[in-house]
Amino acid sequence: MSGDLLFEGKDWSFDTLQNIHDAVDVVARQELGLDTFPNQIEVITAEQMLDAYASTGMPLLYRHWSFGKRFAQYEGVYRAGLQGLAYEIVINANPCIAYVMEENSATMQALVIAHAAFGHNHFFKNNYQFRQWTDAAGILDYLSYAKNYIAACEERHGEAEVERLLDAAHALSAQGVDRYPRKRPISLLEEERRDRERRAENERLYNDLWRTVPRGGDAPRRVIDHQRALLQLPQENILYFLEKAAPKLQPWQREVLRIVRLVAQYFYPQQQTKVMNEGCATYCHYRIMTRLHETGRISDGSFLEFLQSHTNAIRQPTAHDPSYSGVNPYALGFDMMCDIARIVRDPTEEDRQWFPEIAGTGDEMATLREVWANYRDDSFIAQFLSPHLMRKWRLFHIVDEEGAPKLKVESIHNERGYSDLRRSLASDYEVGRNTPDIQVADVDLAGSRRLVLHHRVFAGKLLEIVDAALVLRHLTTLWGYDVVLEEIDATTNEVLKAHMASPEP
Amino acid sequence: MRIVDRRLNPGGKSFSNRQRFLRRVRDTVARAVREASRERAIEDLENEQEITVPIDGAREPVFRHTAGERRDFVLPGNRDYIEGDLIDRPTGENGGGGTEPGKGGGQEDAFRFVLTREEFLSIFLDDLELPDFAKRGLVDTQKLGSRRAGYTMSGTPANLSLGRTMQRSLARRIAMGRPRNQLVERLEQESAGSSDKDVAERLAEELRSVRARRLRIPFLDPVDLRYRRFERFPKPVAQAVMFCLMDVSGSMTEHMKDLAKRFFMLLHVFLTRRYQRVEIVFIRHTDEAQEVDEETFFRSTETGGTTVSSALIEMDRIITNRYDPVSWNIYGAQASDGDNMMSDNDRTRALLQEKILPRCQYFAYLEVANSNEASPISYFGGSSLWNAYAPLSASTRNFQMRRVSRRDHIYPVFRELFQRREGANAETAT
Repeated sequence: MSGDLLFEGKDWSFDTLQNIHDAVDVVARQELGLDTFPNQIEVITAEQMLDAYASTGMPLLYRHWSFGKRFAQYEGVYRAGLQGLAYEIVINANPCIAYVMEENSATMQALVIAHAAFGHNHFFKNNYQFRQWTDAAGILDYLSYAKNYIAACEERHGEAEVERLLDAAHALSAQGVDRYPRKRPISLLEEERRDRERRAENERLYNDLWRTVPRGGDAPRRVIDHQRALLQLPQENILYFLEKAAPKLQPWQREVLRIVRLVAQYFYPQQQTKVMNEGCATYCHYRIMTRLHETGRISDGSFLEFLQSHTNAIRQPTAHDPSYSGVNPYALGFDMMCDIARIVRDPTEEDRQWFPEIAGTGDEMATLREVWANYRDDSFIAQFLSPHLMRKWRLFHIVDEEGAPKLKVESIHNERGYSDLRRSLASDYEVGRNTPDIQVADVDLAGSRRLVLHHRVFAGKLLEIVDAALVLRHLTTLWGYDVVLEEIDATTNEVLKAHMASPEP
Repeated sequence: MRIVDRRLNPGGKSFSNRQRFLRRVRDTVARAVREASRERAIEDLENEQEITVPIDGAREPVFRHTAGERRDFVLPGNRDYIEGDLIDRPTGENGGGGTEPGKGGGQEDAFRFVLTREEFLSIFLDDLELPDFAKRGLVDTQKLGSRRAGYTMSGTPANLSLGRTMQRSLARRIAMGRPRNQLVERLEQESAGSSDKDVAERLAEELRSVRARRLRIPFLDPVDLRYRRFERFPKPVAQAVMFCLMDVSGSMTEHMKDLAKRFFMLLHVFLTRRYQRVEIVFIRHTDEAQEVDEETFFRSTETGGTTVSSALIEMDRIITNRYDPVSWNIYGAQASDGDNMMSDNDRTRALLQEKILPRCQYFAYLEVANSNEASPISYFGGSSLWNAYAPLSASTRNFQMRRVSRRDHIYPVFRELFQRREGANAETAT
């Protein structure tokens, strides 16, 4: 590797970007073994960055007032100088698109390229959640299609009508993702084989005696069961259910629901891997920038500038600090990655006991790549948060029971507390636990077409009542008939509360 | 790897989303705008405005949990707790030191954002409109402007375009081969210094012909003359002056002046929206009137008697001196607590009726009262000024009067005074 400086001072040109990319690429591939989509780096202005922020980071998205609201919010904060803009946005697509702002200094561009164009990029390409749920190659085409489709709907059916539909769909978008892969329809060949087997089995089991057993009046019951099966009930993906089964929707309305649902699904893995994704990108940029400095490709001054941004990003105030606002995913992610690398390279006796599979195996990058590919935040923390790190962070677990006069310290960073701390922190990242578990339970097909939803309530966490009423109203506009939402205690199956809504005439 | 420069892509991708958002929260924003305009100075209304919209205006409901019976927090930075410790619930925002991180499930806060001046004013003035009589006045007082429209061969000497004329003259002289001055001078010198007779004769002959030629082809010919041409076109009157008249005698409290100020502010923003240029004249009076700056107008208090007519006389004087009603739209607003010397009332009314109103587009009288006064509706009897003006408001279209005692009455009263009148050919709101 040559010792030539990639750039001097703050200024950069397109050649600088190219050189930085090439130098980073060498480190990323040869030393870290990263495997990425091809990169596309787009230079944008601060205003365009705000635009991108407002439309959830996507370069193109259909139009809706809520994006305008978000834009107004970000802009307000940005103008007030309360918060700088993010230096980068990266899009899970193939090629992977990384935005860099023209205002960034050359050092920052190097940081962004190492962080986004290699760290995030590698994560997007390899993590199982993304592999399973997102189609990186097709996403931009799909968004472009969605944008045009919705614009065409607005033209044909009026903006107000489309807005009403999108409002309703957005309200339900958290209930519009598949958490588990759907059963794929089986092929005809497979179907035929199964049918043959079933008949053979029936013949084998045939006993004339059964004919004499009286058949009860369960025929209607069976019809209903059959209908329920056709509707795939119970169904946890409410948007999917409405798209397929809502009796009053026009075809174009179903397509709009589908668009909202697919966009929500596309972002679903990002919600579940925030700590890992940022941890991966931050760890990669740290390694890469350090290596560039060691090999004389960036100057001491530039390296200091990098370190300053880096330490800002991974700052974690303690809970007693007035600026505390939760666990910083960059900080937790980065520290855990470093900690895993330490365990692999240089384990203590404790590490050997806790992590027998990886302690001392010596190749930290192989281990990390393995981790990045196969976990999501909750399983990652449950598996890899080490006692060493819990002590370093001085973690403690507090329980606030309703009606108790005081808060209780459940566990702290000591021998007895490690398992509890790790389990509790991991459960904070379970998406399933944070999103209410609501399913379509039943439809009264014979009579009123009333839709029945069930909310399974854990630990007394009922639904927030005002919002629930508003969402239900949206739901009735989509379903077209009455909707009932029953909140059912997950342990006792007792109905705790019921919400009802009727469509507006 | 590919680098794409997107900086030149058209910006403002969020513009239409922003428009949609504003349309959606229009009512809330309108309320916020009204609120904001109460608190700010006149010029500030011209700047970009930060507006706080309560989240209800743009609520995006989703299913979410309540806190439940038991909340668990895993926090960093344990100082000295040990397992099983009981600690007090934190009080206040930062008091307990952030043991309340699980804010999720609560309400979103209201948020702030910045309206551009255009957005602000368009909401601020939503359906306000000039009263129709004022509009007619606007059409009537259109005057002719003139603008340059090339050159012409005839005109007045004042409009002679010297440059263009000389240009044509030079072109003509070159084209027709007018002998140059130097040639004449050289020939003169040569013929004078020549001893040879033949040569001298030939030179003299040549000199004669050159001189004759110079005479035939004049330096400046009438055909060279070019005059600047002006074209007349009808020019809409686009300037306005606003007279703020206020009684500053001891009986005017700070609260009353505050009410008056808010009214003037609204009027000013409204006028700047309608006209290119708006001037403000502040006239305050006790028993004599005086033109002052804004600061003095609103801040200082004088003592002494009250003679309202003095202010009207001053206004009339200033109009005569500086604001020709032909080219200016004149607006007046008078704020007073209504006390006037009885002997002055007739004179005041006569002045208003005969001198001021005929020259004004619109004149509003705002009677300000202390906030402890009961609802203005229950106000009987009327002040001496109110009673003096009352007959005018019934008979004269461009004069209105209202009484206010509370800040939040200002805006409705203003709207009442300036709302679109029935039958005004205003663009239909959609």
